[in-house]
Amino acid sequence: MPAYLAIQNVGKTFTRGAATTEVLRDISLDIARGEFVSIIGHSGCGKSTLLNLIAGLTEVTAGGIILENAEVSSPGPDRAVVFQNHSLLPWLTVYENVNLAVAKVFGRTKSRAERHEWIMENLDLVQMAHARDKRPTEISGGMKQRVGIARALAMEPKILLLDEPFGALDALTRAHLQDQMMEIHARLGNTIIMITHDVDEAVLLSDRIVMMTNGPAATVGEVLDVPLSRPRKRLELASDRTYLKCREAVLKFLYERHRFVEAA
Amino acid sequence: MTLPATKDDTVTPLPFKAAPATIVPLGALRPRPIDIGAVLRAVAQATVPPLVVLAIILTVWQVLCSSPGSSLPPPSQVWTDSYELIVDPFFVYGSQDIGLGLRVLTSLQRVAIGFGLAAVMGVAIGAVIGQSVWMMRGLDPIFQILRTVPPLAWLPISLAAFMDSGPSAIFVIFITSIWPVIINTAVGVRNIPQDYRNVAAVLRLDQREFFFKIMVPAAAPYIFSGLRIGVGLSWLAIVAAEMLTGGVGIGFFIWDAWNSSRLSDIIVALVYIGLVGFVLDRLVGLVGAIVTRGTSAA
Ligand SMILES: Nc1ncnc2c1ncn2[C@@H]1O[C@H](COP(=O)(O)OP(=O)(O)OP(=O)(O)O)[C@@H](O)[C@H]1O
Ligand SMILES: [Mg+2]
Repeated sequence: MPAYLAIQNVGKTFTRGAATTEVLRDISLDIARGEFVSIIGHSGCGKSTLLNLIAGLTEVTAGGIILENAEVSSPGPDRAVVFQNHSLLPWLTVYENVNLAVAKVFGRTKSRAERHEWIMENLDLVQMAHARDKRPTEISGGMKQRVGIARALAMEPKILLLDEPFGALDALTRAHLQDQMMEIHARLGNTIIMITHDVDEAVLLSDRIVMMTNGPAATVGEVLDVPLSRPRKRLELASDRTYLKCREAVLKFLYERHRFVEAA
Repeated sequence: MTLPATKDDTVTPLPFKAAPATIVPLGALRPRPIDIGAVLRAVAQATVPPLVVLAIILTVWQVLCSSPGSSLPPPSQVWTDSYELIVDPFFVYGSQDIGLGLRVLTSLQRVAIGFGLAAVMGVAIGAVIGQSVWMMRGLDPIFQILRTVPPLAWLPISLAAFMDSGPSAIFVIFITSIWPVIINTAVGVRNIPQDYRNVAAVLRLDQREFFFKIMVPAAAPYIFSGLRIGVGLSWLAIVAAEMLTGGVGIGFFIWDAWNSSRLSDIIVALVYIGLVGFVLDRLVGLVGAIVTRGTSAA
């Protein structure tokens, strides 16, 4: 019996005319239901590409991705993506942005009143219900990211894919959203794959950390288990031995064994 | 294709002012004391300079055209010759003898049909073309050439094709105004950020949903700048179009007045056409500003 999400010998080569770039090679990874997995690696190694492959937004050129015994071949709401730059539609209000997803996914199965409840429930979850009638241009970056998360959660996806969701935020807002993310994960038990640049974020949030080697033809370098019990408290962890050891392992991987080399 | 949203320098979305969308609860609307002095000053600033310039122009014109041998009538003569036309836009003395306001309405109806068709088809065609790199490459040069053909030049072809002056006139308006709509829509669609496409893909929006929920709103600033150019062109085409329809349009009125050497009437009609064209342009601009609230700030 294969894993909940099985990534099997996946490779991705981009072709433009005669030029080809092999970005990913032979990536294999099994992810269990309810697991929180982080992907970390240097800029340009192909993390977003891998996420897009899982989302189905781009097609694999080798291997295959299997979610609950079905091969991933096209995008769908069962793999909701929170994009790096929130990607809310600026002409819709916060409420309407979430509604776009809810109307599409639950248009047939939920009544109008139920859908409204569901939208508000998800906005409440990220504490954005108060801004339901604001447009994206009228709210802060952190708030936009939260609405993006609400929109993704509202699809009730099998897997939540987060592409550096907190990358563009200041440290305080980021810490706040990380705590919220942990709470949501504890409450709903989603399966989450998150790309990050931030070592602390990866250790704090994840059950496992996937470390990628540098491109071209990047692959999985190492997978680190984070055996910290939940719920996790960032202040207590700051001096926790397991936490520090995990942190050191990731840092060593990134800055000793696979140092960032500027591609020629 | 993950082209960055490169701005084509020939087609930029109009810089619509995003109206502040603050929501004020009704109770909070307290009548504020209006500063009458400030309002008057603002009105004066907007109206005095054009009025002064207008007065200068009329004076110069009067002086230049007052000599007995001059070929054009001076303003004072226009006033006396065409007094009826100027003071009453809506008189009806006979089926052919009606005020210019009524004539303008007839012409506007024609423009509404021609331009309405151009708007709907232009957006549809532009959307299809903008979605495909190859169509864009193939068709764009052809459109760039066709859009420079003047309205009058379409007339004979149009007549030959429709054999009837009514549809031909509408076709001339249509064909003159459709190009900027197509071209701007296509550019707008091509510039839709990949992010929005990804959102649509994840949600599995179908073609129709994508068109109405993503494409049209995302490209709206471009579409409206195309529509604004288009409505201007369609009004430009009215004289050419009505040369052959006859009847009571403002375009035909000019043609008719020329044939019976009523120069003063022509001058009055020109002013009407100019004013209506100005209003049309502002109207489309206003609708665009309202519709694209939010989008343009993307
Ligand atoms: N559509 C494409 N065509 C060709 N090459 C591409 C394409 N998309 C990505 N690449 C290449 O794939 C490599 C990995 O890109 P990717 O965006 O996945 O990196 P990343 O790890 O997400 O980087 P970052 O951390 O900066 O977001 C880059 O070298 C990029 O040039
Ligand atoms: Mg990336």
